[in-house]
Amino acid sequence: MENTMKSVSQGEHHHHHHNTDAVDVFGFWIYILSDCILFATLFAGYAVLHNNTFGGPSLRELFSLPYVLGETLFLLASSFTYGLAMIAMYGKKRGQVVGWLCLTFLLGLSFVVMEVNEFVHLYAEGHGWQASAAMSSFFTLVGTHGLHVSLGLLWMAITIFQVARYEVTPAMSRRLTYLGLFWHFLDIVWIFLFTIVYLMGAV
Amino acid sequence: MTLEKFIFGNLNWDVIPFHMPIVMGASIFMAIAALSVIGAITYFKKWTYLWKEWLTTVDHKKIGIMYIILALVMLLRGFTDAVMMRSQQAIAVGNSLGYLPPEHYNQVFSAHGTIMIFFMAMPFMFGLLNLTVPLQIGARDVAFPYLNSLSLWLTVVGAALVNLSLVVGQFSATGWLAYPPLSEFAYSPNEGVDYYIWALQISGIGSLLSGINFATTILKMRCPGMTMMKMPIFTWAAFASMILVILAFPILTVTLGMLFLDRYFDMHFFSSSFGGNPMMYVNLIWAWGHPEVYILILPAFGVFSEVVATFSKKPLFGYPSMVWALMVITFLSFIVWLHHFFTMGAGANVNAFFGIATMIIAVPTGVKIFNWLFTMYRGRVTLSVPMLWTIGFISTFAIGGMTGVLMSVPAIDFQVHNSVFLVAHFHNVIIGGVAFGYFAGLTYWFPKIFGFKLDEKLGKKAFWCWIVGFYLAFIPLYILGLMGMTRRLNHYPAETGWQPFLLVAALGTAVIAVGVVFQLAQFVVSFKNRKALRDVTGDPWDGRTLEWSIPSPAPFYNFAFTPEVTTKDAHWEEKERRKAEGPVLLKPIYQDIHMPKNTATGFIIAMFSAVFGFGMIWHSPLAIAVGLGGMVITLIARSFNFHTDYYVKAAEVERIENERFS
Repeated sequence: MENTMKSVSQGEHHHHHHNTDAVDVFGFWIYILSDCILFATLFAGYAVLHNNTFGGPSLRELFSLPYVLGETLFLLASSFTYGLAMIAMYGKKRGQVVGWLCLTFLLGLSFVVMEVNEFVHLYAEGHGWQASAAMSSFFTLVGTHGLHVSLGLLWMAITIFQVARYEVTPAMSRRLTYLGLFWHFLDIVWIFLFTIVYLMGAV
Repeated sequence: MTLEKFIFGNLNWDVIPFHMPIVMGASIFMAIAALSVIGAITYFKKWTYLWKEWLTTVDHKKIGIMYIILALVMLLRGFTDAVMMRSQQAIAVGNSLGYLPPEHYNQVFSAHGTIMIFFMAMPFMFGLLNLTVPLQIGARDVAFPYLNSLSLWLTVVGAALVNLSLVVGQFSATGWLAYPPLSEFAYSPNEGVDYYIWALQISGIGSLLSGINFATTILKMRCPGMTMMKMPIFTWAAFASMILVILAFPILTVTLGMLFLDRYFDMHFFSSSFGGNPMMYVNLIWAWGHPEVYILILPAFGVFSEVVATFSKKPLFGYPSMVWALMVITFLSFIVWLHHFFTMGAGANVNAFFGIATMIIAVPTGVKIFNWLFTMYRGRVTLSVPMLWTIGFISTFAIGGMTGVLMSVPAIDFQVHNSVFLVAHFHNVIIGGVAFGYFAGLTYWFPKIFGFKLDEKLGKKAFWCWIVGFYLAFIPLYILGLMGMTRRLNHYPAETGWQPFLLVAALGTAVIAVGVVFQLAQFVVSFKNRKALRDVTGDPWDGRTLEWSIPSPAPFYNFAFTPEVTTKDAHWEEKERRKAEGPVLLKPIYQDIHMPKNTATGFIIAMFSAVFGFGMIWHSPLAIAVGLGGMVITLIARSFNFHTDYYVKAAEVERIENERFS
């Protein structure tokens, strides 16, 4: 009996045990941290293997920097438009949120299409992932990022549908925050990819 | 592609090992066990109960129980493998080839290691965390209850895939870490390594999600007043372990992913030609693998710290140094991985760095050992079962630690590398540390979860069998290692003179087997005598931390009132205060409690992941598509469910609380 008695004197404070925004978003940050480790490991693999071309051409001979710069601009622009979508969300302007998200989706899709196009060309010219360890590590590192972006696009499509259909509730705005974290994170990873794989590969 | 290939992939009747009587016997045994469980559930009409109360539950205590059941079942499986290895080595000398052909023996030792680490120790660890951490920090649940259920079922699927490999096809025969180039398609073309990869990938995702979940829970959901330096030490240990999970498991995911790409898409990460680098696999897998051993041992350290303080009736000696030791070990565990392969040829300086880093780990570990000893010093020590495991641990682990420091000297490691000396060392720390710790933890927290204590007498018998059996089984291996016996041997010549030692080791295994029987008997007997063993106080051991302030078994919402603490050992201090001031007598005013609803999503996603994993292993496009599609669609469907929680009414809380205390 004593146990139940004790706590009463401690006053009444409403302690919502979970689903508070702070807790949930914190958890998502930790997920992002673990994804950083995932990419770091892939980068390490690339660093070890990128010269092991097994007699094939070096990676610098295979890239077109202007083309990759185009990809980069699409992705960076999509991060910007996502930011605009978030601002619209804070202003509770549902139409604008949907509009900016659609634009973000298109920019992200353009990035993926360009990357797939690059991969297809490399493969068709005989520089596929099975050509050498260097190509394996290149396709895996860049492809894992591309896969993340593609999953982000699927997620965004569902979010667009939900925002258009339902109100911007606290639950919805929390999801937009997650997706935003994810999307900007992929942008940062791409900056590293662009620098380490493409720019440093080219010089 | 033919339709048959599309549906069944590489599956056909030949993959069932009809010609191997031992395997078929085990399969039939498993089938009978599964059928009798299903039959019993149907007979007693428990399917609805099972679905509503267990398969879809998000209650961390029930999830913890299921983790531990999985761990105990897999312990039996892994231990059976150990018995097979020990008995094979005891008899396979000279002209006798023993009863296990080499290809089967290789699968047995691979399965033993994989199962014991991934499907015994890991689920046991997460089980204990689930049972205890929210109760210790005064929380009503974990941060992400639905993710918690998903983690559990992904782990179950991984374990199920490993066991399935016994019946359908075969398991990996490449050791518990599947080093390439042996594990590459060129040298292991059958499905064994694929079973290994997908069992570990699926359960590994579960572990990573659990790591995120518990780190968030510990950092964000502690009750008011509980600052980091007032946290119970087990929660600290769990936190350190979860940091390691978050930082290490993505490395495992990528490493196994690369091996998968090599095997399925003809990539060349680890192949021996085309510029591949097999040593990169060994580096990567140990960059995960070394933290992994600390993921397992740190929570065990936490258990010992709780047990030693409770059963010595003293505060833990040197709490801040315990916390710092945990953090130092957490950091150091990431910079010692190379000591697993000093013989790689990285050069003297590199080996010296990793050798010295390894030796330094002995310092914080030594701090902990002395803190435990000083806690007992002048304490009122009760030799209850958890305390026996703890004392057994301190001596056994100290020996294991010393042989570890021995091998951290690269010159010595060159002599004993890949010998059974190493096998003896890591069993010395894993059995003496991890297994003893988890057994102690289970015995210690069992009454909080089930409402009755485990039988003391049988527990003590089990302990003595385990510790005597352990020394009998593994001290001979140290000697054999120094005599030059390498690990993973299926057969050896008589003139080596090894057989007498291996016979002693086999005898040790038999003694441990008796201990296991006592443990199983302990569960049965305790359940039968549960009325006599019932814990009516909620605090059977005179405990120190918050979990002992609530009734046993803990109600599903844990705390009717969120506790507020001002000191560490909050419950102990509260008891002392009440002894001095007398109980506070106020009529409690209950409030509505916010709780998550049960959900089938985690279970369903995991079932689709099983279909997906099976499809990947057998190259069946249909199963892959159904599994992947099912997982994605279930996730999307879940995202349209906005009503994932509910309130327990104050009147209902009052009714439950009154019932328990009357």
